[in-house]
Amino acid sequence: MNTIHNRQVVCETLMRIAEKDRDIIVLCSDSRGSASMTAFSEKYPDQFVETGIAEQNIVGIAAGLAASGKKPFVASPACFLTMRSAEQVKIDVAYSNTNVKLLGISAGISYGALGMSHHSLQDIALLRAIPGILIVVPADRHEAGRATEALTQYEGPAYMRLGRNPVEDVYPSPNYDFELGKAITLRDGKDISIITFGETVKIALDTAELLAGRGIGCRVINMHTIKPLDCQSIVQAAAQTGAIMTIEEHSIYGGFGAAVSEVVVQNMPVPMKIMGIPDEPAIPGRTKEVFAHYGIHPENLCAEAEKLIRIKNRRAIS
Amino acid sequence: MIQELLRKAAQIRRDIIDIVYRSGAGHVGGSLSETDILVTLYYHVMKVDPKNPNWPERDRFVLSKGHSVDAYLCVLADKGFFPKEELNTYSNFGSKYIGHPNNKIPGVEMNTGALGHGLSIGVGMALAAKMDHRKNGVFVLMGDGELAEGSVWEAGMAAAAYGLDNLTAIIDRNGLQISGKTEDVMPLDPLEDKWKSFGWDVSVVDGHDIQKLITVLSPERQIDGKPRLILAKTVKGKGVSFMENNAKWHHGVMNAEQYEKACRELDELLEVLS
Repeated sequence: MNTIHNRQVVCETLMRIAEKDRDIIVLCSDSRGSASMTAFSEKYPDQFVETGIAEQNIVGIAAGLAASGKKPFVASPACFLTMRSAEQVKIDVAYSNTNVKLLGISAGISYGALGMSHHSLQDIALLRAIPGILIVVPADRHEAGRATEALTQYEGPAYMRLGRNPVEDVYPSPNYDFELGKAITLRDGKDISIITFGETVKIALDTAELLAGRGIGCRVINMHTIKPLDCQSIVQAAAQTGAIMTIEEHSIYGGFGAAVSEVVVQNMPVPMKIMGIPDEPAIPGRTKEVFAHYGIHPENLCAEAEKLIRIKNRRAIS
Repeated sequence: MIQELLRKAAQIRRDIIDIVYRSGAGHVGGSLSETDILVTLYYHVMKVDPKNPNWPERDRFVLSKGHSVDAYLCVLADKGFFPKEELNTYSNFGSKYIGHPNNKIPGVEMNTGALGHGLSIGVGMALAAKMDHRKNGVFVLMGDGELAEGSVWEAGMAAAAYGLDNLTAIIDRNGLQISGKTEDVMPLDPLEDKWKSFGWDVSVVDGHDIQKLITVLSPERQIDGKPRLILAKTVKGKGVSFMENNAKWHHGVMNAEQYEKACRELDELLEVLS
């Protein structure tokens, strides 16, 4: 099991690039430890800004830096960075179109036992409705590095969502085709597609493996970029497999499943199932426990997939 | 020179009355209270180049009290950042000249309008100038009602912590906000002491005395290692008798009679100053 968490790879990648690009600035809100940015702050003190626990201020400062040609990366817990500073994100970053990168750390239910104050299960819904912000969520450490690299090249507002704990590798190495906005089909299948992102990509792959044992072909799509959404890959999945399940570590309201279903119903309607956190304060616990509680584990996802395929087949007959 | 700036301020006020009346929109009271501050900044203190709005060495200005955009647009047009006649579209459907600063307009650095954002942006701009060893100054104009926003004080702390002696915050202290007196809505005083305790170098000045504004805003007055705060005591609606010190004119709309009276008063002042 991999023990290197995505945050660490983000920090290492930024350190490597910051050495040559002195405009890369990292900002933390008393979060350098939790964001794994201590090494950056020590190596590049002149490219590091500490604001204290002041998320509104940190985003405003980042916008001011970007308006002056800097490339700021704000690393702060996702729950605070997206909610407390939502207005600064909307206006100073998105509306003013400043080149600010927001790194929402310990997103989703990473801070499981700390309760709803620390869960970030609304960030995608919120940011998705603000025009002009790219949203990217890496599936593992390799993708975290690739996405970070890509963000340093990308001009414009962006949000990268990162979990807290190390996750199992999805990719054997960082050497694969990664492009912001372009989904990756990790496994093909003809009976159903699972489209997901972030830490649940591995669960989707395990589910597909189980389904294969039952004679069901499951396509698995890693939609690492949630906005702009790769609509083509969604429509293709709908057309070619006829059923879509989405999985997200996020509220089922307004999040990723909603985004995918918007594309599906308007282009290629097929039966869908949206798996995620229901409309309630998420139960406290470790990620695996919380996922299991909400049915996000391969056995249950298999059952859900089979139900969906039955619906698809019934429709085909009638 | 002062006479020229006084005349410029009167002319800008006259322009404000025009665009506000023509559009039936705008925030006239706060635009009139900040006019002398803007005129001092744009016609004497700040280094800007209307022909090259993105000149890297330029001084930066952020209108944190974004609703008072009328005065700002009139100054930018008069400076030549864009043709004055474009302001005929002010508040019209699809116009970029909207009721708050919009950075699609040459000379406008940032979109503002939600209060309490500007000082943080200014801190970022001042930090960037320090990182790049640029000599430009950063100026942020805030309203007094805006100071109830907690984010202002977050930025206030950070500016002092980073010793941003290239940053100047100006408060248009007209004492009124939309619901009435600031001291009745949410008391701010003692403002001077508050900012001093946050580590700022504070000057209190008559915000309509251009000579004094020039003095306190001069680069020589900036103390090493400290951000500078100018508490500019102003009159909301300054220059139009029936608007002065009346919260109703925060975003009041003139009828034809009021418009004529306002024009008459400002035209008379222009005459005296010419």
